[in-house]
Amino acid sequence: MPKAKVTFQDIGVSVTVPAGTRLIEVSEKVGAGITYGCREGECCTCLTKIISGGENLASPSVLEDQVLKDNMAPRGHRLACQAQIIGGEIVVKPA
Amino acid sequence: MPAAGLTDGAVEIAPGVHWVGALDPHLRSFDIILKTANGTSYNSYVVRGENGVAIIDTVKENFADDFFRRLESVAGYDEITTIVLNHLEPDHSGALPELLKRAPQARVYLSSRAQMMLKALLKPTGGKPPEYIPVTTDDQVDLGGRTLRFLHTPYLHWPDTQCTYLVEDGLLFTGDIFGCHFCDARLFNDTVGDFRFSFEYYYAHIMRPFREYVLDAVALIEPLELNLIAPAHGPILRHQPRDYVHRYRELATPRLFNEARSEKTLVVFYISAYGNTRRMAEALAAGAESIGGVRVSLYDLEGGESGIFTDLIEEADGLAFGSPTINADAVKPIWDVLSSLTTVNVKGKLGAAFGSYGWSGEAVRLIEDRLRGLKLRVPVEGLRIKLVPDANELEQCRQLGELLARHLTGRLEHREVDLAALA
Repeated sequence: MPKAKVTFQDIGVSVTVPAGTRLIEVSEKVGAGITYGCREGECCTCLTKIISGGENLASPSVLEDQVLKDNMAPRGHRLACQAQIIGGEIVVKPA
Repeated sequence: MPAAGLTDGAVEIAPGVHWVGALDPHLRSFDIILKTANGTSYNSYVVRGENGVAIIDTVKENFADDFFRRLESVAGYDEITTIVLNHLEPDHSGALPELLKRAPQARVYLSSRAQMMLKALLKPTGGKPPEYIPVTTDDQVDLGGRTLRFLHTPYLHWPDTQCTYLVEDGLLFTGDIFGCHFCDARLFNDTVGDFRFSFEYYYAHIMRPFREYVLDAVALIEPLELNLIAPAHGPILRHQPRDYVHRYRELATPRLFNEARSEKTLVVFYISAYGNTRRMAEALAAGAESIGGVRVSLYDLEGGESGIFTDLIEEADGLAFGSPTINADAVKPIWDVLSSLTTVNVKGKLGAAFGSYGWSGEAVRLIEDRLRGLKLRVPVEGLRIKLVPDANELEQCRQLGELLARHLTGRLEHREVDLAALA
């Protein structure tokens, strides 16, 4: 299975993960500071700043796009509960 | 005087503004977590302008008949141009599907986060969704000579909540904010008797976990001219309404200055049957102290009750829990603390677990699961030590404390792990 590497800048940990994993699954296991609420892409609690490697995440769904827009999320931000890792290297931190 | 004495009609609360809510004097608990000794009320309001009528919130579904009867006494359904939803919890939106059937021409105004809830709420009706407009602070609706202005006040106590200000009259419709579960047909704060206990109880259980949002909302509300506050539960606040805003500010602000605020704080709770988990706690605390920049406090749960630790936990940056394992579980005083934290916000705090065990040692993992469930971050694997910790094992406890302190102060060395190793 293809692998990817996600670095959580706030806790200084890089995690090797299988492609297809969602950011929140990794964040929760490693204990990074990304908090979450509904885990269904509605509440925007898990808003995450993508420092680099945003192209290595699957494009946001219509739902995620709408929630990001509704909450006036700056560019380069994603919902950790929705953002799926597809490969390469990604660096993130809590928004 | 619970429900008796109230007419079947609407009650005028200001010229052209009526209460059309319902009283529920027999309710004895609300949302399971709140006791309601004299019931509650579901407050809904009608505002008449020159060009149309606005309805602010509705009532719980099984009180819809009261709501519609009162509404019909002051407005026709064809006059309703505007429905404002300050909060979509079912006790305020229960009569909405029927209201939309009776006034299909009405436009619905709600916060952006309420849109998903509205769709979910109307799902069973299967009909065409109403025209709805998401609004935020300073958006306005002109009713003709009267203006409704919205205030974005989320998380009080759901993500969708907002307030609506009737500009020309200085009336603020606040949803659950400044509300309480108190049922009295006299309706107004200067006529119902002493309801302060209920106001404070409601804040403590409903609003306290969201105190940062309370302060944001209060900052939006304080500059307004306020002649009356119309909450969605409990007495309508027409006498000295600003006092209730001040009280919210007080309640959301720690009363005494926190002397430890300049440093990160780590609170270590433990309970110990033979002193082994206590020795682990002391070593962990010493390790954390040695890093500097972290103020560590140690508490034996055997010497306290879970309720008194809530204030401490609310203010702490990090929490570590130590428990022996008895019959494959952490012990009850630990669970008492960990099951009494719904009234404070612990999301994002640092959490950790440790404990000595004799045979199976499940307590540490169970505590970690609970901490994650409470949305604390648990970046360091907890420490389980079989029976009596020796010098090397006490050193491991010290190192755990050091690592927790480094997490709290952001002084960590970079490390690489595989997700599979964390599972």
